[in-house]
Amino acid sequence: MAFPPTHDLHKRRFSRNLGLGLTLAAFVALVFALTVVKVKRGDPLQGYDHVIQPEAVPQEDAG
Amino acid sequence: MSDIGAYQTTTAPHEAGFGDYVQLLKPRVMSLVVFTALVGLLVAPVSLHPVEAFAAILFIALGAGASGALNMWWDADIDAVMARTARRPVPSGRVQAGEALGIGMALSGISIVMLGLATNLVAAGLLAFTIFFYAVVYSMWLKRLTPQNIVIGGAAGAFPPMIGWVAATGSVSIEAALMFALIFMWTPPHFWALALFMKGDYHTAGVPMLTVTHGRKSTRLHVLVYTILLVPVAVGAALTSLGGPFTLAVTVTLNAWFLVGAYRIWNRDEAVAEADKYAVEKAFFRFSLLYLFLHFAAYLVEAALRSFGMGGW
Repeated sequence: MAFPPTHDLHKRRFSRNLGLGLTLAAFVALVFALTVVKVKRGDPLQGYDHVIQPEAVPQEDAG
Repeated sequence: MSDIGAYQTTTAPHEAGFGDYVQLLKPRVMSLVVFTALVGLLVAPVSLHPVEAFAAILFIALGAGASGALNMWWDADIDAVMARTARRPVPSGRVQAGEALGIGMALSGISIVMLGLATNLVAAGLLAFTIFFYAVVYSMWLKRLTPQNIVIGGAAGAFPPMIGWVAATGSVSIEAALMFALIFMWTPPHFWALALFMKGDYHTAGVPMLTVTHGRKSTRLHVLVYTILLVPVAVGAALTSLGGPFTLAVTVTLNAWFLVGAYRIWNRDEAVAEADKYAVEKAFFRFSLLYLFLHFAAYLVEAALRSFGMGGW
């Protein structure tokens, strides 16, 4: 005999799954928003892509 | 049909709904954490981007919830004995103790790492220390050992405004320390007033409460002494950059009222208290909630006034 679809067990499992799903979706949205804010703020970004970057070369002592 | 009955019987305690897991995080405590951390963050001289501020408050609250879950895991045995806590998810069997431990540990890690990423490492370190302090130092170590447990446990509840401030500024300052001290000194009179009229079953659970270990007369004296010690902290906070004339006026009024209440609690015996059903103690307890809320609300109003060029010293 199958469980009736509205059995209390199903309701509790559904509430758990729905709650966890919404929580994860909200977490992903928040991490995305944080990333956008931090990237857009314009902190200097450098891509280390095999290009010589003069500012990264140690300065030789003068004299 | 009997199979279904057997399935229900054997699995019902393990089939918690989402709300049961939310209850593990002590949502009422989280609401106080959200408020005080938000004030700490908003009154700081450095402002965060709204998304960062939202994330900071969320993860501070989540960290507090994680320590609540760890507390419920550890204290399941005494929670089951006391009427006030017997319906919590773990003692009532809706959530397994191991689940509470797992959720507490996982949320601790997530909240600390995410607060560090959203704001700064000092705030994340303070949150980690707060969780450790509440779960290990208070719950596991001192709660069942000393009648001063309320004093020590109060420290964990006092950290959120400091973490909020540090999340914005990146460092601890006198203002953050005084917001911490305000909640820290406020907690003992608040809880001992409750203990005076809520004749709880801590004794049955083996938790040393001051009312049981030192007697009710001594508890009344403790309420008065801690309230007297609280006054300079509150006035001191109002004299820093948190305050201004408005905050000082609110602080002086609230503390005068609080002192009168503490004096009235100290200046009466059990017979009188029982005769009026602990009216003075209940009024003091209710006012203590308002006391803390209005102090932090005053800091917030002062900050708003400052932004319009009116408040502050």
